[in-house]
Amino acid sequence: MQIDIEHIARLARVALSPEEKKLFARQLSSILEFAANLQKVETNDIPPTAHAIPMKNVLREDKTIPCENVEEILANAPDEASHMFRVPKILE
Amino acid sequence: MKYETIIGLEIHAQLLTESKMFCSCSNKFGDKPNTNICPVCTGQPGVLPVTNRKAIELAIKTALALNCTIEPSSVFARKHYFYPDLPKNFQISQYELPLATKGYIEIEVDGKKRKIGITRVHLEEDAGKLVHVGAERIMGAEESLVDYNRTGTPLMEIVSEPDLRSPKEAAVYTQRLAELLRSLMVCDAKMEEGSLRCDANISIRPIGEAKFGTKTEVKNINSFKAIEKALISEEKRHLEVTEEGEKIIQETRFFDEQTETTTGMRSKEYAHDYRYFPEPDLVPIEPSTEWIEEIRQTIGELPQQKKERFITELKLSPETAQIMVADKQTGDFFEAVVKLHGQPVAAANWIVGDITAFLNEQKMSFNELALSPAQLAEILKMIDTGTLSNKLAKDVLFQVLKTGKQVKEVIEGAGLTQISDESELTKVIEEIIKNNPKQVEQFKSGKTAVLAFFVGQVMKATKGRANPQVLNALLKKALH
Ligand SMILES: [Zn+2]
Repeated sequence: MQIDIEHIARLARVALSPEEKKLFARQLSSILEFAANLQKVETNDIPPTAHAIPMKNVLREDKTIPCENVEEILANAPDEASHMFRVPKILE
Repeated sequence: MKYETIIGLEIHAQLLTESKMFCSCSNKFGDKPNTNICPVCTGQPGVLPVTNRKAIELAIKTALALNCTIEPSSVFARKHYFYPDLPKNFQISQYELPLATKGYIEIEVDGKKRKIGITRVHLEEDAGKLVHVGAERIMGAEESLVDYNRTGTPLMEIVSEPDLRSPKEAAVYTQRLAELLRSLMVCDAKMEEGSLRCDANISIRPIGEAKFGTKTEVKNINSFKAIEKALISEEKRHLEVTEEGEKIIQETRFFDEQTETTTGMRSKEYAHDYRYFPEPDLVPIEPSTEWIEEIRQTIGELPQQKKERFITELKLSPETAQIMVADKQTGDFFEAVVKLHGQPVAAANWIVGDITAFLNEQKMSFNELALSPAQLAEILKMIDTGTLSNKLAKDVLFQVLKTGKQVKEVIEGAGLTQISDESELTKVIEEIIKNNPKQVEQFKSGKTAVLAFFVGQVMKATKGRANPQVLNALLKKALH
């Protein structure tokens, strides 16, 4: 199966070396080929499903619960300023 | 060649829920940055989103009011892209199977009524807010700060069919939609604050041509006024480019409110590869008929029905009736005053005039008003009985609006009651006649216009408190 490994790497924002490109292209393609076995199953009479288990309408009431680990989450920021996540220039 | 313009709008509305779309963080605007965040909305590993029932109900309510079909099954999907305001690197949104489809809303432009199709209504989660450092907006910013309070808050998207034929129709459509959302208490629909956002798709084609021309998408429209301006400018650009024999390029364009022009954003070749797939942590939404009917019962009278009733039953002008239905608070306030006082036109004039002017000046909205319907009714009754002149009533109203005090308290405190007592007024009149013999002569020699001078003098002496009818009668008697 043909894989555009550069396109996939760009979408995932990862830089790959030429060796990695070859390796991952081969691995991804064999994963897809394996999954492609599912195409052989006759599904004409089976209604499409979006979920593996037959459940629907799992809902919660509209109530707020304050989070206790806000500072822990913020501590994960690579950089912080004024209680905000500081990120580098977005557009060049 | 004659061209026609084709416009379709995508409206995003922030829902008035207490909590976020898939977690229990507060959905409050204006809190300290990054205080309404949790492991779910910041995308920590191993968390489980659970859908907010109220958000589904508000979207169904809107869809029903827009005459849509509620889909038997709708599914949330992951939409993948990288951006600092999106901590999970995907947005949960409805894609292939939206909550509702195929509706319409009626608009009226230049006396012509038209039905504008609604393609779909779906739910998604909002992204965070970026503060750009070193520039007004993202272009030229040195760095950015991210506040995730808005991340994961419920957002409803309403997509119209390409049925709009002019920038003006697009503006009216958005206004009708905004007032509908406000009256349903689904969204406060303030474009300037971003609780209602509008992206517009526009193209032109020769009249009679069935195929659509190449469209562009206009973004960064941040006020109701900007919708028409942005689309007029983009429509003009399409016509100019086409007339010159050039081709319109399909792209996203940014509207600049200062220059009233649009600028193309550099297109990213892979920008639209979102790799959607069903969100495995959420199950389908399949509203029962009973649930849908229960929601339908909460809709009540729609703004345009209310407007019709205000015109036909309460005899308001179409313009005034339109203002009364712009949001639920104004309409409810107006109807409460009418119930207490019984004269719709008078009540409406005060609301449209002085009260609206005060609110605009203070940059306040109707629900922040310190005046109750009972207080306005009380003031109106005092005008009817002659206790207050129109001018005094305005002063009293202004004091009540400013201080929130009771009407009686304001009147007594400032000695504002109208003077209708004849003996009290006669004393003032006699004094003025004595001090102005020249004007008295003029009046007696036939210059009746001088009467206005005496009225003015008495008003000055009584600080505007003299009852005009009583004063006029007394003056004429005294001068003859
Ligand atoms: Zn949260």
